[in-house]
Amino acid sequence: MNPAMNSALNSTNSAMAPVATPSFFYALAALALISGFLVITRRNVVHSALALIVTLLSVAGLYLMLYAPFVAGVQIIVYAGGIMVLFLFVIMLVNIERSYNDRRFSSLWPVGLGAACALLALFVFAFAKGRALFPDRLMPLSEAANTQQIATMLYGDAGKAGQYTFVFEIASLLLLVAILGAVVMTKKKI
Amino acid sequence: MVPITTFHYLVVAAALFVLGVIGVLTRRNVVVVLMSIELILNAVNLNLVAFSRMWGNLHGQVFSIFITVDAAAEAAAGLGILIAFFRNKETINVDEIDLLKW
Repeated sequence: MNPAMNSALNSTNSAMAPVATPSFFYALAALALISGFLVITRRNVVHSALALIVTLLSVAGLYLMLYAPFVAGVQIIVYAGGIMVLFLFVIMLVNIERSYNDRRFSSLWPVGLGAACALLALFVFAFAKGRALFPDRLMPLSEAANTQQIATMLYGDAGKAGQYTFVFEIASLLLLVAILGAVVMTKKKI
Repeated sequence: MVPITTFHYLVVAAALFVLGVIGVLTRRNVVVVLMSIELILNAVNLNLVAFSRMWGNLHGQVFSIFITVDAAAEAAAGLGILIAFFRNKETINVDEIDLLKW
């Protein structure tokens, strides 16, 4: 990294430091986890979807705290704006009145909960043992040039293909296949 | 207060991941199962962005954008399957989707 960029980073960091306080992180994390819990426990599917939107927005706030403004914007526009609208449309299309009085949880829920608790124990074990793998340092990332740097990696720079240009094209192909698949499966008669 | 490190983000992401897994394994409603998968993908995204901050480069953020693309494709295909299924069987319960079971 060149020195000019470093000094720019330092000034950005010092200017941004008071905003990203630890209490802000704890508030966002608690909001994300509480609304995540609501997603999997609400009886009404629409309430679950609304709680999921709150989770997505607070995760977007966490991205901002990690100096990833472009990812935060994508999170809000694509997830909270696009995917969740798709979910709400489908909830309106299928009959939720019928499932409203059903049991919420499958009959095998203790097994599922046990498996999830085993996964949680695995996480706790791995994080307790491997704490040294995750150093406490947080490298400076320039927030001002974030979008530009991501674009350079995706599209390339000065006529040269970027590191992820091919992957990016494959992703567009994947989206095309998903669109076609959704249309084919949803249409009554092809 | 303790400064926020990568580890804090990893713990939050792990908790979100486990919440999503609980939702996938225990709920009967297919829509909620798909939303739980979105929770899981978000936890992974949070991990990647936190690692990107830890290493000081943007590869993690680019990966998280690709995962967002994946999530969009998965939601479109999954909800398409759900609508096709609802048209045939008039149910969106996971327990009753057992045509391939024997």
